[in-house]
Amino acid sequence: MSERTLYDKVWEKHKVTELPTGQTQLFVGLHLIHEVTSPQAFGMLRERDLEVAYPELTHATVDHIVPTADQSRPYSDDAAETMMAELEENVREAGIQFDDPTTGNQGIVHVIGPEQGITQPGKTIVCGDSHTSTHGAFGALAFGIGTSQIRDVLATGCVAMEKQDVRKIEVTGELSDGVEAKDVILQIIRKLGTEGGVGYVYEYAGEAIEDLGMEGRMSICNMSIEGGARAGYVNPDETTYEWLAETDEFEDDPEAFERLKPYWESIRSDEDAVYDDHVEIDGDALEPMVTWGTTPGQGVGINEPIPEPEELPEAKQDTARRAQEHMRVEPGDTMNGYEIDVAFLGSCTNSRLPDLRRAAKLVKGREVHEDVRAMVVPGSQRVQKAAEEEGLKEVFTEAGFDWRNAGCSMCLGMNEDQLEGDEACASSSNRNFIGRQGSKDGRTVLMNPRMVAAAAIEGEVTDVRELKEVSLA
Amino acid sequence: MSSGTEESEVEIPEVKEATGTGIPIRGNDIDTDQIIPARFMKVVTFDGLGQFAFFDLRFDDDDEEKDHPMNEDRFKEASIMVVNANFGCGSSREHAPQALMRWGIDALIGESFAEIFAGNCLALGIPTVTADTETIEDLQDWVDENPDADIEVDVEAEQVHYGDRTVDVEVDDAQRRALVDGVWDTTALMKSNADATRAVAESLPYVDLD
Repeated sequence: MSERTLYDKVWEKHKVTELPTGQTQLFVGLHLIHEVTSPQAFGMLRERDLEVAYPELTHATVDHIVPTADQSRPYSDDAAETMMAELEENVREAGIQFDDPTTGNQGIVHVIGPEQGITQPGKTIVCGDSHTSTHGAFGALAFGIGTSQIRDVLATGCVAMEKQDVRKIEVTGELSDGVEAKDVILQIIRKLGTEGGVGYVYEYAGEAIEDLGMEGRMSICNMSIEGGARAGYVNPDETTYEWLAETDEFEDDPEAFERLKPYWESIRSDEDAVYDDHVEIDGDALEPMVTWGTTPGQGVGINEPIPEPEELPEAKQDTARRAQEHMRVEPGDTMNGYEIDVAFLGSCTNSRLPDLRRAAKLVKGREVHEDVRAMVVPGSQRVQKAAEEEGLKEVFTEAGFDWRNAGCSMCLGMNEDQLEGDEACASSSNRNFIGRQGSKDGRTVLMNPRMVAAAAIEGEVTDVRELKEVSLA
Repeated sequence: MSSGTEESEVEIPEVKEATGTGIPIRGNDIDTDQIIPARFMKVVTFDGLGQFAFFDLRFDDDDEEKDHPMNEDRFKEASIMVVNANFGCGSSREHAPQALMRWGIDALIGESFAEIFAGNCLALGIPTVTADTETIEDLQDWVDENPDADIEVDVEAEQVHYGDRTVDVEVDDAQRRALVDGVWDTTALMKSNADATRAVAESLPYVDLD
C-alpha cells in the first residue's frame, strides 16, 4: 500500500481494536514513567486490584522533583522524598526497571530514552508528560498522556485515542550561522499559533530538518505540544540509524539492529503520502529567536521589533497586552538588550551534549556577568559524565556557571531551582508561562542554548552572532 | 495474562448532561501552570487539590484574596465553567482538571480546549463542549448577570440551555459517545481485549515479552 504517512503505518500496526466510542485501542510499545504523574495511577490500580500488564515495556526514572545540588537521601524536601519513595515502592512491586540516581543512567525522561536506544522508529511511546513528543525525532509515534490514561496503560498496555490529521511542515533551505533547531520550532509556533496544531500530528521534513543531528530533531519534536500538536515526528534516516547503532540496545547486538532496520525503513512516510495539510517554513530566512511574552508563540527574531498587540490576530491581542505588561517590554523595541538576572541552560528541550558543547564554545575564556546567576543542568547523568570528561564542566564553572546534577530543574521549578521575585531568566527550556519557573512574577525569555550562554555573559539578551566563539581544545 | 473480568467492578456513570450555575473565566491561552502551579503537584494523591485551583491568580504573596471569579461568593457554588480559547494548554498534568473537579466543576464550555487537557477531562467524565467566540462571550456576560441561574449542558443533544435561550454547541464525537454511554473510563473496556492486545504485541518486531 502506498500514499501512507509514518503516522498511518505505525497507528495501523499498533491498533488492537475499535472501541464503542469510535476511539482506537492502541498498543503502547514503550511506557515511560516518572515520579510526578504516576503515583496516583498506581494508587488507582491498587483500588481496582489490577496489576501492571507489561512491566517489561515500562521504564522509570526520576526527574521533575529530584534535587540538582545535594542528592543525598533522604532529600531535604520532605515532599520530594515522599514522591521518590513512592516511585521506588511502585516500581519494585511491579518489577519495572528504574534508572534512579545511583545507576548512573538517571536523567530527564526524554533524554534517557533516546540515549539508551529504547526510543526507536516505529514504536508507540507514551509518558505522563506533554514533552513525550520529543521521541518523535526517531520516527516513533510519541505523545503525552494524563494520569488516568497512565492507569489504562499500566493495566492494559493500551491507550484509547482518536486518530488525528497529519500536517507536513517542510523547513526548506539551510540554517545560517547562529541559528539552531530551537529557532526553527519557535518560528513554527509563532507562525501556526499555540493552538494551531490541535487535531494534528506534525511531520517535520525538508532539507533543514534532514541536516539536523538527532539532538536538534529532538528539540523540534519536543516543542510540538507548544504549538498544540500532541505529537510530532521526523522520518527515520541514516542519521537516526547511526545514533541507534551506538546505543546500549544495539552496540553489542548488531544482529538486533539488522533485524529491526527493515521495519524502521518500512514505516517511513511514502513518497506519495497524502497529508491533511502542508506548511512551508523558509529556513534560510531564520535568525536566532527569543520570546517577548508569556506563551511560546510570542517570539520574534533577535533584531525584530516586538509587535504591537493591535497588529496581531484579534484573539491574541489581550494575551499580548497582558504578556507585555508582565514582561515589561514595549512594542517596537527589540529583545536585544533586555536585562536578565538568571541564565538557565537545561531542560528536555536543550540539555544534551551538543547543546552544552556549543554553549561552552562561547563561554570559554569569558565570565558570567556579575549581576547574573547562571546554571547548567545536564539532561542526564550520562550527559553530565560525558561533559565532565571532555572538560566542559571546567569551562562553565571557570566562567562562573553553577554545574548541577541531572533533572528538570528550573524548567518548571518543582525542586529548589526557582526564579525569585520578578527575576528575568534567559532560558533554554520550552515554556515561558507566568509562574512556570517557580515565581509568579518571574519573567522567562526562551531562546537557544548558545543565546543563553551569550545572555549570561552580557547580562542581557544578546545576538549570539556578535560574540566570537573559541574552539575548545 | 487474565482476561480482565476479575477486578472489582468500577461503576462508570453515564454523563448525558450537566446542570448547575456558571462561572466565567475569561482569557485565551490559559495554561495548566495557571490552573495548578507546579508546586502543588508535589503530592502522591489528587486529594485536596481543589483549594489550589488558579491559586496564583486568586491569592497574593500574603495569601490575601485577589480579584478573581473563584473568590466571589456569587460563584462559590458554580459547577459549569465558561472559558475562552485554547484553555488548558501546556502540560499533560491531570492535576489541572482534577483541581477544577475538586473545586466543584462538572463541565466546561469554551471556544476551544488543548487536546491533552480535554482528554484528561474526559477520563474524569467532565464534558468540554465548544462554541464560537460570540456564543461564549454572550454566555459569560449572562453568567455575570445571572450567577444564581442554572445552565444545562446537554451533551447528548449538543446544546446548552440557559435563561430562555438554547444554543448549539459541539461535542467531539468520541467524547459524546463515551460520556453518554458511560464508557469514558476505558480501563476495564480495554482490559477485556487482553488477548487481542497480546496478539498485537507479539506481531511487533521490536517487542520482546518476558
